[in-house]
Amino acid sequence: MKLQRSGYMAGIALTAMLALAACGSDNTTEPSGSSNSAGSATDCGTGSLTAQGSTAQKNAMDEWIKAYQGKCSGAQINYQGTGSGAGIEAFVAGTADFAGSDSALKPEEKAKADAKCAGGEAVDLPMVIGPIAVVYNVDGVKDLNLDASTLAKIFAGKISKWDDPAIAALNSGAKLPSVAIQAVHRSGESGTTDNFTKYLSKSAEADWTYSNAKAWKAPGGVAATGSDGVAAKVKSTAGTIAYVELSFAENSDLTKAKIKNGAGEFTELTGESAGKTIAGAKVSGKGSDLALSIDYGTTEAGAYPIVLVTYEIACSKGSAKAKDIQAFLKYTSSTAGQDALKDLGYAPLPESVRSKVETTVAAIS
Amino acid sequence: MGDNPSRSTDANAGGAGVTGRHASPVGIGVSPSSYEEPPFGGGGALPKKSRFSMESGFRGLSVASGAMVLVIIVAIAAFLISKAVPAISADKVNFLSFKEWFPNETEPRFGIAALAFGTVLSSVIALIVAVPISLGIALFLSHYAPKRLATPLGFVMDLLAAVPSVVFGLWGRDVFQAPVADFSVWLNHYFGWIPIFGGEGPFGQSIMLGGLVLAIMVLPIVTSLSREVFQQTPGMNEEAALALGATKWEMVRTAVLPYGKPGVIAAVMLGLGRALGETIALALTLGLVYNISFNLIQVGGNSIAANIATTFAEANDTGRGALIASGLVLFAITLVVNMAARAIIYRRREFRDSAA
Repeated sequence: MKLQRSGYMAGIALTAMLALAACGSDNTTEPSGSSNSAGSATDCGTGSLTAQGSTAQKNAMDEWIKAYQGKCSGAQINYQGTGSGAGIEAFVAGTADFAGSDSALKPEEKAKADAKCAGGEAVDLPMVIGPIAVVYNVDGVKDLNLDASTLAKIFAGKISKWDDPAIAALNSGAKLPSVAIQAVHRSGESGTTDNFTKYLSKSAEADWTYSNAKAWKAPGGVAATGSDGVAAKVKSTAGTIAYVELSFAENSDLTKAKIKNGAGEFTELTGESAGKTIAGAKVSGKGSDLALSIDYGTTEAGAYPIVLVTYEIACSKGSAKAKDIQAFLKYTSSTAGQDALKDLGYAPLPESVRSKVETTVAAIS
Repeated sequence: MGDNPSRSTDANAGGAGVTGRHASPVGIGVSPSSYEEPPFGGGGALPKKSRFSMESGFRGLSVASGAMVLVIIVAIAAFLISKAVPAISADKVNFLSFKEWFPNETEPRFGIAALAFGTVLSSVIALIVAVPISLGIALFLSHYAPKRLATPLGFVMDLLAAVPSVVFGLWGRDVFQAPVADFSVWLNHYFGWIPIFGGEGPFGQSIMLGGLVLAIMVLPIVTSLSREVFQQTPGMNEEAALALGATKWEMVRTAVLPYGKPGVIAAVMLGLGRALGETIALALTLGLVYNISFNLIQVGGNSIAANIATTFAEANDTGRGALIASGLVLFAITLVVNMAARAIIYRRREFRDSAA
């Protein structure tokens, strides 16, 4: 009995020590965070926020949360990358204070989400731009040019060999091997798939007849789990081609294909070239909702057409934690917040879009 | 004979039961079920039967434990059915024959055909590969290997069973895939005229890769159970076979294998159960494509459990219901397999008084 009691004591002591240690490390990181962004005066939230959703913006969120909590010692934000659909469901169920989603709310989702916002509505706030890279692994091919229709044919299984005349026509001089193409897609549902197929269905209607959806609808190919799974598959297997967000392509050091844009140029993917496409996007949401409709066929020079916009979904009015949500989103939509993402493989929001987001966030109450 | 003293030598020649160590001695004392009658003899030395004794208390506990199995099975079935029925009724296509899986649309369309097919096919491949090897290992360990070698080898075999399946999956995806792809190319080149090895590629994350990884996973289960069974072959039978002039292999064939058959069947069925329910190893090694094809080497394949693992995170209400419905199908497949195994074992028992 005595032994047992001392066991409890030891347990409590250990827990206390761990808790203290955790506090200690927080304290030490705090000054460095605040010195980083000392320039911008930010309102600080005080409470804790729970959010979840899109995995595509998980890295961005982690970066933002680190910087924001460094500045605002009282704030506690927890973002889980559970997937866009799960994020929206959690928002509707009231377990998430805001949600991250790769697609704007669908009408039936919006009706449910609006019900959570007494006196207001649920708004889509574009916050992170994740360009989608087309990555490939073909022995001896360093440079690959593709256009929407060829891409659609490859992913639909209509082009099955790398030395197909359609690919050769776009890449004169390249030594294309006679190897079977392994088109890799995401297993399960994914916002990346949704945005990529949206691009294909809008830019290559004749060759892509599967419309756009979160689940992969085309026959054949091979599926991998998660963006990291796709990147690993391309990295390890010759003859593969896939679509992943830029950050994953760069982390795994994969070769990216150049994509033909509306102006007829084959563009390389950079944060800047992706931003040019977003700058031409129109706001299709009504009122304070900022859902964007992207013009994939943009004729702007140097624009990379395949981009993914991920949104934060929050209440414009009526959330119990409105002040905290506003303070955090104010930071993420600020120029400082957007600039913090550049090294992570995301593109910053173009100023035209960013200023609109900032105005909407300022109106949250 | 007599070179392996560790083997259990059954006192009742002819073997009253495979599970010799559990068999109660026959003809001594009273059968335990007749505890209500006062036992013969013993007189006052035996404790008196009281209304709430340890005896009845323990009996109650064990009855409750036994009943618990049924309760759990029924509860699982009830849970699965209650969640699955709304999803299936929302399905716009035939659940049993449709091949693809889009339950999260506004018009849900999903079917189990391709998933169930992939589950069964990969498990069958696993068993075809694993069972002969397992039996070989088991026979070697029980009858051929010197004891000094057999003990550590058996231990290593058991250790293999303790490796988590995600490790097998990652190994299959990152290490085993390349050799299997090369082997597939070779098969395709020389045996492409057989439809299961046909196709134009790409090769690699195929049902064969999944099946082979599964085979390695079921190997330790089948091996260690079969070894136990073979070790319990009555020494008398073996010695009789040898005395009649049988060689060692003939002795194994005439005495050991027939004696161990029900046990081996049970071992194989346990292995099949593991193969059917395997989740993450298949999610990592299969192509996860919804199609039905007997081609073993082309990229493709999917299974019920792997599909649940990969699509559960993004599923909505109907999607979850649909996945649970697929779980119900897996439950049914496993049940049928187990019942078939029982049937085989019991049929043998009738003409040979042995059970596994």
